[in-house]
Amino acid sequence: MSESASTVEAPPRGLPPGDHEPGLFQRYGVALIFLAPTLVLLGVWVVYPTIRTIIRSFYDRDGDEFIGLDNYETLFTDDTLVTAIKNNFLWLLIVPAFVTAIGLVFAVLLERIRFSVAFKVVVFMPMAISLFAAGVIWRLMYEKDPSQGTINAGIAVVKDAVSPSGVLSAAQPSTEALQGGPEGGLVLQKPLAPGDVAQLGLTGIRSSDVPADAEQAVVPEALAGGITGVVWRDFKPGGGVPGQVEEEELGLPGITVELRDEDGRTITETQTETDGTFAFEDVEAGPYLAAIGPDTFSEPYAGVSWLGASLITPAIMMAYVWVWAGFAMVVIAAGLAAIPRDLLEAARTDGATEWQVFRRVTVPLLAPVLTVVFVTMLIYVLKVFDIVISVAPGSVQDDANVIALAMWRTSFGGVNDFGLGAAIAVFLFLLVIPILVLNVRRFRREI
Amino acid sequence: MRYRWLVFALIVGALAFVAAGCGGDDNGGSAEGSEDVTGDISVMAIWGGEEQESFQAVIDGFNELYPNVNVKYTSGGDNLGPLLSTAVEGGNPPDIAAVGQPGLMQGFVEQGALQPIDDLRDAIVENFGESVADVGAVEGTQYGIMFKGANKSTIWYNVADFEEAGVGAPETWDELNEARDTLKAAGVTPYSVGVDVGWPMTDLFENIYLRTAGPEMYDQLVAHEIPWTDQSVKDALTFMQDVVGDSSNIAGGTEEALQTEMPDSVAKVFTDSPEAAMVIIGDFAPGVVETTLEPETGYNVFTFPSIDGSGPSVVGGGDIFVEFKDSPAADAFLEYLTTPDAAAIWAERGGFSSPNKNLDTDIYPDVITQTTAGNLAEAEEFRFDGSDLMPSAFGGTPGQGFWKGMTDFVQNPDDIDGITQQLETAAANAYGG
Repeated sequence: MSESASTVEAPPRGLPPGDHEPGLFQRYGVALIFLAPTLVLLGVWVVYPTIRTIIRSFYDRDGDEFIGLDNYETLFTDDTLVTAIKNNFLWLLIVPAFVTAIGLVFAVLLERIRFSVAFKVVVFMPMAISLFAAGVIWRLMYEKDPSQGTINAGIAVVKDAVSPSGVLSAAQPSTEALQGGPEGGLVLQKPLAPGDVAQLGLTGIRSSDVPADAEQAVVPEALAGGITGVVWRDFKPGGGVPGQVEEEELGLPGITVELRDEDGRTITETQTETDGTFAFEDVEAGPYLAAIGPDTFSEPYAGVSWLGASLITPAIMMAYVWVWAGFAMVVIAAGLAAIPRDLLEAARTDGATEWQVFRRVTVPLLAPVLTVVFVTMLIYVLKVFDIVISVAPGSVQDDANVIALAMWRTSFGGVNDFGLGAAIAVFLFLLVIPILVLNVRRFRREI
Repeated sequence: MRYRWLVFALIVGALAFVAAGCGGDDNGGSAEGSEDVTGDISVMAIWGGEEQESFQAVIDGFNELYPNVNVKYTSGGDNLGPLLSTAVEGGNPPDIAAVGQPGLMQGFVEQGALQPIDDLRDAIVENFGESVADVGAVEGTQYGIMFKGANKSTIWYNVADFEEAGVGAPETWDELNEARDTLKAAGVTPYSVGVDVGWPMTDLFENIYLRTAGPEMYDQLVAHEIPWTDQSVKDALTFMQDVVGDSSNIAGGTEEALQTEMPDSVAKVFTDSPEAAMVIIGDFAPGVVETTLEPETGYNVFTFPSIDGSGPSVVGGGDIFVEFKDSPAADAFLEYLTTPDAAAIWAERGGFSSPNKNLDTDIYPDVITQTTAGNLAEAEEFRFDGSDLMPSAFGGTPGQGFWKGMTDFVQNPDDIDGITQQLETAAANAYGG
């Protein structure tokens, strides 16, 4: 690096060899001609737009009225824009440190395994994808519906293995005679005595969710000294009469019905037949409550709302880290390869543990490389834009907002307030400057 | 944005339909042809491809009556608006153009770029009715003819779901609510909602508002002459709660609706394993999804129901023909466009809805278009999509104003006072006080 830099640093500046005093043209003109194309391009594409943007930021929406610092005031008072600034600082605090740390861990660990190149390629691969495309991929993976979003699908598999969902998770009581919810089960309000017939009607069950062996529901005969009843799908096309067992309405087989005492303690339970009927024989006198157990209603896993307002920023950060970890790893691995092995060997010989070697020798020696990665990430994170717009659904873009996105949305996203947009751009520019200065200084030092 | 879907839908529609049936009837006062009218006229619109061919067929129909007029059509594509503005600025606009935004037409009127066509007013009213005619009028002067329309007062449903629950297409809001409850009792989720960005909900709101508050107040709200905190807005939002007020009404619940894009919301209904029975979206719905379902037997459409006895009303959009340069040939062409004959040519080719009341709807190639286009033409009250008439910072921007208000309402349907206040604040800013 330093070698090539020194050769570049030798443009003929001073007096060329020879006797005569060079003319002004020879001194500056030639250099100017060579620099001209660059200067013109920089002028047209960088200097002019920068100045124009700064001026524009002091004007109103239409650009005819000078409004001083009003746009800047809006920038720090408007809720959406303040959220954008806050989010951007979160990004600054979390992401560069995270990317650098993960890159370091990958680099150090991969140095020790076989086929490390293959692993490195895999980790580096996301860099080959544009950030926008990566955003689209993650948007799909984050879908809330476990049948669509990969991540929620993964969680659903684990969750369903631990606590499987009930057979009739969506079922609702068909009349107010049944009360309760998924936690305690549905309880028939009317107390029962031996000889009573209980009718437990349920709706909200898709016909395709009714077990295949279900038959026409029937109201069972009363049983002396026992309690009988029926659990059925209290719905036929058009609705039917709620609370009445009618033609075409099917019994629900395999439902666990609990017989509870007055205090809600379960005394005994039984399963329904194919026509939905059940019977508790030989029960003693005294009021009872019939209930359908809570596990019948336990809902299937609905998925984490990664793309919802509260999780969207961490979710996008994840995607971003996934993309950039590879870059960090490759740069750090290069730095690692340049560390003299004998230093590490010496430390080990002196009895340092692996952790001490890593902490006291490797990391300090890698410090310049880590700084490069960290500072580069700082700059990239400040102007993060495309991944936010591609992962965040429109309804949460206010919550996921960052400065660059706010600038785009304000200027071009339909608000068309170029004054405010310019002010946001200037603010972003001011934020980047200190990091740029730092970076340039460091480059100078290294040269 | 919405407009793009519309165009997409119409293109797909045009590809899908094969012209069938023929003939049209002449009960709308068809234009008499003349060989005396001569000249060249240039016409510009967004239509390209299949739609361009269909429009060319309309031009050919015109040339049969006026053989000595040479009509040259140029497609402006999606950039038509800027193209026309630039052409007007440069002093060289086409003779005639079809614009999709009344606001653009109004802008041209203010610039003095358009020719009044008041002599056609009677013919327009006779064929299209007062309220469609008024879409092309600015402050009492007629400037445009809405030749091609789009109907956003439609609700699409999955036929199998409706049959399973035993419900029919509702005609009133109460019947719609009954259908919703019956569907839920059958275990079918009633609505699919996609409010990733807010506009499908702005259409729902406009449809309700037009029916509950009436067309006059609709116009006033669009012009921000009545505030969003008005009781009429709150009442309309109360009706909206019937749809989005309960998370269990919505496929995947409210959270998922907020992450669902419009085409996906349609796809959830237009499939043989539907996640919801209905989706409230304009007539372009079949064009935005790939589906194995057949129209009519797999998916079908019904008209946005009447609320408290409101008459047939349609919220929609359309392409409005305006005249930049006055000439006998241009006048003759515009007059021809008011006739049912002109509409019939495109209608039987498919991908077209005519607001012309005198066009026989049997001419449309399929029953679904007959319904959607028929409703458009028969509407007693037609109103242009309000959010397209509002300043775009309020009515047409993701995450802002009206769209934002609607997504916030879906998220928080009980906070009507908060939402209306928020809408009013945003509107006051966007309309410039």
